[in-house]
Amino acid sequence: MRRIISVMMENEPGALSRVVGLFSQRNYNIETLTVAPTEDETLSRLTVTTTGSDKVIEQITKQLNKLIEVVKLVDLTEGSHIERELMLIKLKAVGSQRAEIKRTVDIFRGQIVDVTNTVYTVQLTGDSDKLDAFINSVGTAGVLEVVRSGVSGIARGEKVLSI
Amino acid sequence: MELLSGADMLIRALEDEGVEYIYGYPGGAALHIYDALFRQDRVKHILVRHEQAAAHMADGYARAAGKPGTVLVTSGPGATNTITGIATASMDSIPMVVLCGQVASHLIGEDAFQETDMIGVSRPLVKHNMTVRHPSEIPEIIRKAYFIASTGRPGPVVVDIPKDMTSPNERYEYHYPKKVSLRSYNPAIRGHAGQIRKAVEMMLAAKRPIIYAGGGVVLGKASKELTDLAHRLGHPVTNTIMGLGSFPATDKQSLGWLGMHGSYESNMAMHHSDLVVAIGARFDDRVTNATDKFCPGARIVHVDIDPTSISKTVEADVPIVGPVDAVLKEMIALVKESKEKPDQEALDAWWKQIDEWRAFHGLRYEKSDKYIKPQEVIEALYEVTNGEAYVTSDVGQHQMFAAQYYKFDRPNRWINSGGLGTMGFGFPAAMGVKLNYPEDEVLCVTGEGSIQMNIQELSTCSQYNLPVKIVNLNNQALGMVKQWQDMNYESRHSHSYMDSLPDFMALVEAYGHVGIRIDRKEDLVPKLKEAFAMKDRLVFLDIYVDPYEHVYPMQVARGSMKDMWLSKTERV
Ligand SMILES: Cc1ncc(C[n+]2csc(CCOP(=O)(O)OP(=O)(O)O)c2C)c(N)n1
Ligand SMILES: [Mg+2]
Repeated sequence: MRRIISVMMENEPGALSRVVGLFSQRNYNIETLTVAPTEDETLSRLTVTTTGSDKVIEQITKQLNKLIEVVKLVDLTEGSHIERELMLIKLKAVGSQRAEIKRTVDIFRGQIVDVTNTVYTVQLTGDSDKLDAFINSVGTAGVLEVVRSGVSGIARGEKVLSI
Repeated sequence: MELLSGADMLIRALEDEGVEYIYGYPGGAALHIYDALFRQDRVKHILVRHEQAAAHMADGYARAAGKPGTVLVTSGPGATNTITGIATASMDSIPMVVLCGQVASHLIGEDAFQETDMIGVSRPLVKHNMTVRHPSEIPEIIRKAYFIASTGRPGPVVVDIPKDMTSPNERYEYHYPKKVSLRSYNPAIRGHAGQIRKAVEMMLAAKRPIIYAGGGVVLGKASKELTDLAHRLGHPVTNTIMGLGSFPATDKQSLGWLGMHGSYESNMAMHHSDLVVAIGARFDDRVTNATDKFCPGARIVHVDIDPTSISKTVEADVPIVGPVDAVLKEMIALVKESKEKPDQEALDAWWKQIDEWRAFHGLRYEKSDKYIKPQEVIEALYEVTNGEAYVTSDVGQHQMFAAQYYKFDRPNRWINSGGLGTMGFGFPAAMGVKLNYPEDEVLCVTGEGSIQMNIQELSTCSQYNLPVKIVNLNNQALGMVKQWQDMNYESRHSHSYMDSLPDFMALVEAYGHVGIRIDRKEDLVPKLKEAFAMKDRLVFLDIYVDPYEHVYPMQVARGSMKDMWLSKTERV
């Protein structure tokens, strides 16, 4: 099953490579990975999406917790949560395609953020499925370039991950 | 307030940490530190002949003393030479601090002379590693390094020290922190009370219980508690090869060790048990054999300080995360106060069965008129040293024979690389023990393959007068490899024999030591006695043993615990 694990760790050089190293060392799978400092500059927040059996996921969370620099972590998929990913996508846009793409972008509530005679650059946020669906709708033939941020997530309601 | 350079602070911090000996080798990036060492006499440095040996020496000391060992090396090749030693310590959870010189900060990343990314190289092998970024951080980093190495599940910690951090020209206030607190590191200090109660209820109700105790009991200094609990319950105890001595081998409740070359009775009892209580053990593949066939009728209680060890390979029914000594103490208290008593009738029947298994195999080997048997040598060593020596070993058949036939009644006496299986470990490890326990008998059981992997340390032994006894079970082969080739490759001995062996007698004498060759059965005991009577000499015993011998029992690959070869021809 796909999981979103959100990790709070010391904002120190080398901490990220420990997390990444752990995944390759133990043959775990990383689908997406995002990381950035938080409002407390001594901490950074890392979100990793991965897949594996319950047993593997249990090992992943335990092994992550064992890293000295990991302060706290939560498997967001265990409760209700919000998941977002940002995509910037360049599409071939000429002739009748231009109106067609514009319509699709509106349906997906994206924005065209850059325009040339032949190209639209679109910005879209949502969960990963929504971004996939957008690409399917416009058709891969017209896609020139895709940049995705990887998933960020947060729990719904009162629950917070803090120290 | 005294002002000290980074190098002086480093040495002072080691002193404040209670470090008596460090093992190492100098080089450019570490020269400020070596100069600081020279200008004091409280922290003593042992100069090895290869940095790998420095790590194994520190490791051997750590295993015997239950305290972290310390290594000091230069950058680049000095640092990378310790890697096998770090990996060895890591696999067996041995506390160790490795201080590595590094090129000066402004050169890092420029492929400077003797620059290696030691933080990157060691990352998967350490419990933690740190770089010094300002000289004033040194005392705190050292305090942290020892704290992390020695608490929770112990392990090696690497500290990378760029040369400018130890410059004699910059001085800072020295202050050694009394304690460290790390918000992200809080090892468990006790187990979950409810889980412990549940485990004890299961232990009291069990009909065919077995306690499976590992290296965690040695590291967690909980042998007394383990022995007490086992005696109160009357349950059989099997140790892992890392746990030998944590329960006395000569106790009648001891079944010996378990797993690939474990005793017949241990493996049979595990397979047929209804309750396995694992304490400080990690269900390693050399123990469990095929996990899907592992102990089919047993419920499993698993006590370990490290949550990642629990349910990693074998699912635990009752997981307990905590230090083994604290958990065992709570278990003992509960057993004492419980109204329930162990089911004596069931236990009697269980012991009757176990005794039958013991009688059927025990540990046995065929004697020979022609050859000295390796097992015989270990039995003789046990007699000659009254079972009281520190025994280190290398890796191979000799290691298995030593573990099988030397009966350890005390923890910290059996010192071997169980997890990584590092040939070349035994001799330097024995040196580390001897240096710190000069009054005790320290012997290294090795093979003519393994000993040659760190034989240069004969020189270090002359320099510091380390009179260890080296017992070379010379079968003129990489015996363990050859055994596998006999069993799985129709005896095609691809590169498993030792051609062109040196004249070990001449070799050790060249270093100023004593060599004794034994190739006749009748000489074995007298010559061993002669060797051990030379208290202040390193003696190398080159003992020619049966070159065809195999280690048995041996579990059948991918079988269950109970599927074993008992000799070249008997399979159960
Ligand atoms: C550094 C290293 N290289 C290779 C091996 C694989 N290996 C395991 S046992 C063994 C043979 C050891 O020979 P020897 O030291 O003579 O011991 P024996 O088995 O003959 O008693 C080898 C090569 C190892 N464990 N460690
Ligand atoms: Mg050999």
